[in-house]
Amino acid sequence: MEFFHRATSFPFMSTRRVWYGLSIVLILISLLSLATRGLNLGVDFTGGVTVQATFPAAANRDAVITALTAAGYADPQVTIFGTSREIAIRLPPTKQSTEEVRGKIEQILRSVDAGATIQQVEVVGPQIGGELQRSATQALIATLLLIFGYIAVRFHTWRLSLGAILAVLHDPILVLGTFSLTRTTFDLTVVAAMLAVIGYSLNDTVVVFDRIRERFHSGRRLNPVAVLDQSINQTLSRTIMTKVVTMIVVVALYALGGPVLRGFSEALIIGILAGTYSSIYISSAVALDCGLRAEHLLATAAKKPVDDLP
Amino acid sequence: MLEYPRWKYVLVTLVVLIGVLFALPNLFGEDPALQVERKNRAPMDEFARQSIEDLLHKQSIVIKRDFIDSGRLIVAFGDVASQLKARDTVDATLSDVDRAALANASRAPAWMRSIGLKAMPLGLDLRGGLYLLYQVDLQGAVGQLLESYEQSFRRALNEAKLPFTDITTLGGGGGIANGLRVTLPDGADTAATEAALRKVDVNLKFTSGSGAGGAAIDMVLTPAQIKAREDYALEQNRTTLTNRVNELGVSEPIVQRQGLDRIIVQLPGVQNSAEVKDLLGKVATLELRLADTQNNALQAAQSGHAPLGTKLYKREDGSPILLKREVIVTGDELTSATSTTSTEGPAVSIKLDARGADSMLRTTRLNVGKPMAVVYIEKSRRQVEVNGQKVDRDSTSEKVINVATIRGVFGPQFQVTGLSSGEARDLSLMLRSGSLAAPIEVVEERAIGPSLGQDNINKGVRALEIGMLAVFVFMALYYHAFGLVADAVLLANVILLTALLSMLHAALSLPGIAGIILTVGIAVDANVLIYERIREELRNGVSPQAAIRAGFDKAFSAIADSNVTALIAGLSLWVIGTGAIRSFAIVLTLGIATSMFTSLLGSRALITLMYGGRRRVAQLSIG
Repeated sequence: MEFFHRATSFPFMSTRRVWYGLSIVLILISLLSLATRGLNLGVDFTGGVTVQATFPAAANRDAVITALTAAGYADPQVTIFGTSREIAIRLPPTKQSTEEVRGKIEQILRSVDAGATIQQVEVVGPQIGGELQRSATQALIATLLLIFGYIAVRFHTWRLSLGAILAVLHDPILVLGTFSLTRTTFDLTVVAAMLAVIGYSLNDTVVVFDRIRERFHSGRRLNPVAVLDQSINQTLSRTIMTKVVTMIVVVALYALGGPVLRGFSEALIIGILAGTYSSIYISSAVALDCGLRAEHLLATAAKKPVDDLP
Repeated sequence: MLEYPRWKYVLVTLVVLIGVLFALPNLFGEDPALQVERKNRAPMDEFARQSIEDLLHKQSIVIKRDFIDSGRLIVAFGDVASQLKARDTVDATLSDVDRAALANASRAPAWMRSIGLKAMPLGLDLRGGLYLLYQVDLQGAVGQLLESYEQSFRRALNEAKLPFTDITTLGGGGGIANGLRVTLPDGADTAATEAALRKVDVNLKFTSGSGAGGAAIDMVLTPAQIKAREDYALEQNRTTLTNRVNELGVSEPIVQRQGLDRIIVQLPGVQNSAEVKDLLGKVATLELRLADTQNNALQAAQSGHAPLGTKLYKREDGSPILLKREVIVTGDELTSATSTTSTEGPAVSIKLDARGADSMLRTTRLNVGKPMAVVYIEKSRRQVEVNGQKVDRDSTSEKVINVATIRGVFGPQFQVTGLSSGEARDLSLMLRSGSLAAPIEVVEERAIGPSLGQDNINKGVRALEIGMLAVFVFMALYYHAFGLVADAVLLANVILLTALLSMLHAALSLPGIAGIILTVGIAVDANVLIYERIREELRNGVSPQAAIRAGFDKAFSAIADSNVTALIAGLSLWVIGTGAIRSFAIVLTLGIATSMFTSLLGSRALITLMYGGRRRVAQLSIG
């Protein structure tokens, strides 16, 4: 079996304005949503209480909310997740211990359905939440800076570096935008997934750029547009293949991994899709529009140590 | 012609074999079990094992197997119901001498355990339990240090008969106390005072200046001294918490420092958080004082003024009592305490250190026939409202639990009665485990039910199995023989990763399972890069063997690059991550290492084995 038996020759560069436009629209929507709706931050980041409970039959969300409100919990957030029998209740920060919370909520839920059982109680202090927000932001920025540093060293010309950086920024923004639009809970596991996505996305770009360098080596008179198109086409089968395989496992995780990993695998799915798209359509096109030519790569190529050998 | 050095074959084979060995214990799974240990820390012996077996047999509980592991008896059962019944039985009959805790026993054969091969421990999200994150009040730790210096200064100046007006704390930057000021009356000998203070601790820095009321000597702690104190406090608290957690009899507890001022406590299988928190955060101690017999306690209580040289206390029934100010024995001088039972109810048997024993001996010799009181002191931290703001205040409750007439001369050992059995147990625990060097507070708490843990394992493992199976089938269909090689390499990768995690004894959590799944993705990526390159070379008309060589060589830089970027992300996570995120980062980072090894060395070894040597290869089975 082979999906790419014949060498493909899609004219990626000539259509780049379309893709730029698409990316800009998507990024604008993401940023707009982030600015107006923000993220639905999980208790990891805000502090507070979450209670997970299971009902013997399908949970009645409204009844649970009514019971909680009647018991004095103002504006409780109740979501049904996983199967229809599992609910998550989110409450504001409290000084109570998990046991006290469990006792109270259990009593309330039993009044809704006598068979309700509490599976998990989390109480996160508000100071922890603020701190995790800071450290997660720091980690994201640190990772981006480290990766920018790596790109700058790796590609010898700022034209490729800029292309890679824009592609790398592109993907986490879209992930954030999707989480903001869908109001999916944004917790620490999603940050973990985003960091993994940044790594993955760059990976594709690096492979394409590697090929660009190799193509320019074979003939310095080549037309940049042709070289970039060839490079993307030649690596296309690999780009798609690895993403298909990674997607297989991530989708398995999404479908079977249970509610705890739902946000994590969702961020990975969006991130991998965005990453594949950006490394095919965006990174090389940016380099081209910055005026990438053979001599930018050849000048330094002579000094470059031979790293094509194991 | 395609060759591969022999030593690389040997290396790959050896590493995979070792990996299989270390990963093996994970295949056997676990049984619900009971861990029984002696309360006095004596190791379990065959006799104890026999008696517990008999006890459980009498209750018709079926024991699957039992063994003694590092002094503890582990009894494994076929199901959770038997496990719980056994726990109740042991608690009901042997709770005086033994402590039973719910645990999991690996089904791996005994020889594996005896050579140190163990399965990965499961994280709390996979087995249920209690997670507590403590914040250590480091300012409080420095405050305690200053307080003790203040007392030493007062004593030193009084002994040297040097006059001083007062000793006050100095606020450093941001209002945090970091020093002491000794104010002196007019005409005091500043130099002599400073010399006397210096004797308290030669490492302290003194500067003479003038305070609001005249001459003064300032002592300001250096940043290094403050740091040392904070480190000490954190380490001391960790040790104390570890000791207390061990007293709980939980199987495989974890107590770790996190960051600058936090301590993580993980207690698998525990659900009752209030009781545990109470015990872990408690500060309790005893003091012994002589009772005052000359003044009327009721009068003192009514007026609110204790006569000179006495201090007003309350007994447990609320009635007032006057005790002498001098302390015979302080809590610091107690070395051990064990709860026992006496004819008068629960009691604590107490041992004193040399100084305490000496003081006890002297006092009792001089005061035979006079009453002596035992004061139980408990410090706790509670929230109070000050000007509408919630503030944590340390509060101390002191009560006289026992007043007894001294009938003879005491040495270093004696018994105290008058405590409830709970207090006796808590006190002996506190005294054994050491005190907390700084106040602690719970800032995060998670209680994960055991059934949710089981559910999480099932889901995670199923996702892993199905995901891997789908990838295996896909690779074999798409790359034929090369796909099978990739599958073998993937399997080796998961085995090596499991082996590494088992060796490091890194706890596996649900995000950790996700990390393994992602590692599969990374490992496949490396193989795809190589195979696509080989196909490309073949399309360009290169001979099969040359194509294989070129494929591996040319794909190398791309594989290295992609791994470096994933590594950067993994390490960032390692740095910010705690708990489950860190376990994801560890798995991801180790997974990158194993996937580099298996895809570059392992897969090349297999492919060279298939197509290598001097024979001519007409065609590659690469789909």
